[in-house]
Amino acid sequence: MSQQEPIREMICISCPLGCHLSLYKDENDELTVTGNKCKRGVVYAEEEYYAPKRVVTCTCPAESEVFPRLPVRTTTSLPKEHIDALLRAAYALTVKPPVACGEVLIENFEGTGVDLIASMSLGAEQ
Amino acid sequence: MHCEGREGMKELQYDVLVIGAGAAGLAAALEVSRNNASCALVERESHLGGILIQCIHNGFGLEEYKEELTGPEFAERQVQAVRAADVDIFTDTTVTQLNAENDRKEAYCYSAVYGVLRISVRAVILAMGCRERNRGNIRTPGTRPAGVYTAGLAQRLVNIEGYIPGQDVVIVGSGDIGLIMARRMTWVGAKVHAVIEIQPYPSGLTRNIVQCLNDFDIPLYLSHVVSRIEGKQRVEKVQVSPLTNGIPDEENSFEIPCDTLLLSVGLIPENELSKEAGMEINPQTNGALVDATMMTSIDGVFSCGNVLHVHDLADWVAEEARRAGAYAVRYLRNERPKRQIRIKAGANVRYINPAMFDPDNPDKLYFRSLIVKNQAKLQIKLDHKPVKEVRLSHVQPSEMLHVKLKPKDVAGWNIMKDSVLEVSIE
Repeated sequence: MSQQEPIREMICISCPLGCHLSLYKDENDELTVTGNKCKRGVVYAEEEYYAPKRVVTCTCPAESEVFPRLPVRTTTSLPKEHIDALLRAAYALTVKPPVACGEVLIENFEGTGVDLIASMSLGAEQ
Repeated sequence: MHCEGREGMKELQYDVLVIGAGAAGLAAALEVSRNNASCALVERESHLGGILIQCIHNGFGLEEYKEELTGPEFAERQVQAVRAADVDIFTDTTVTQLNAENDRKEAYCYSAVYGVLRISVRAVILAMGCRERNRGNIRTPGTRPAGVYTAGLAQRLVNIEGYIPGQDVVIVGSGDIGLIMARRMTWVGAKVHAVIEIQPYPSGLTRNIVQCLNDFDIPLYLSHVVSRIEGKQRVEKVQVSPLTNGIPDEENSFEIPCDTLLLSVGLIPENELSKEAGMEINPQTNGALVDATMMTSIDGVFSCGNVLHVHDLADWVAEEARRAGAYAVRYLRNERPKRQIRIKAGANVRYINPAMFDPDNPDKLYFRSLIVKNQAKLQIKLDHKPVKEVRLSHVQPSEMLHVKLKPKDVAGWNIMKDSVLEVSIE
């Protein structure tokens, strides 16, 4: 394997160590990972290679004088290819207070099973 | 609580005054109240939660609440707990003077809502947080056009006010706020062209480098500086120079056209009020010099959170503030340490907080490394004799470390009155 070029290199972000991982594929298309100091590195590399996901946090316009933007987030991490569409959908919403922290604003975005929720409460008087 | 008017000034009495209602102040006030002392919490903004409100990204709460939250969610949990407790909250209220030398301390406050207040207490907890270093602090040459913002100000504009400060962005400094803003600006449609870092290593957390820069192919220039800002009305471009032996290399400099420059070049504890009150400052942290109970050089005045030393994690701010709250209440009960010895930052340690150690009540010590190293070793010496060693898998200046000594660690120590505890990293 030492002669083989890695197909991807990445830095593990499971902990502050920041191991530099090298990803290889063998003839059976199996992924192997080197450079990790613990098994979490393998899990991270596999997910990051096959299905990279991110938690998205942004804001929606809100009909409020005090807070014209309402902070929002996805309930869990969203497959990366859906991020741009989610951002556009969030910016196109207008939220009318009152809204409670955790309230679902978009359910099951594009069938991903991920919701967009309010991450701050806005009272009716705000 | 007494309230008597005198020349239009309201006078209030409590056991404890907490100044600032961010992550630190909220945690401290809650702890004071839980220990059955009366508490006033004063905040100059109209909302509680401080800077957490504009930190809409996730990564908060893993230690405090055992789940991953955003800044506003973290703040909301703290605020709910404080509102449910017996704490008197004064928002839109600024403390302008603190007279703390006597047993009863007095704070003069101005407020659009409450008028002029004099709050008289037995103990004060300082939790004012920190502010950003700006262009003046890093002395960048060039013209003085519009479009130069500190990263935290830009964060406030985007996340709270709803304005986008520019379209073509260069970020100076790889601190966490700068990295977070690189992603945030990209997600609002701006183009982030580069992050310029003067040190040979990033000053933010690795996961932020990966998720905020690498995800968007934003180049990070290490050992580089913005050597010139150009533009008449608005920023038009910046000149970037590599550093050779610490000096900008003019020949290999290059230009990046941009309309916005965000500065993420460090934070300074906001201690003007404390300095005026006569408090001793640690030049390494720009925060108070505190003893083992987090009490400053002024009897009955405690300090915690980012006004004491700049933290990386709000969770650690809350943890530290809770201890300051508990110590303030013990002070009210005249429970003071029987003895304290000095703690010294040894080799490769930038600073250690607190500056004193109570052998009868060993508590958590926070410190920062001066070096980047894997498989490092924390060495604690009492009067030059090694007394404890802790393995540290990874150290770097941007990641705060902590160690907690246990009573059994201390049991065999031969402690003299002028003993010194030295903490170093090898």
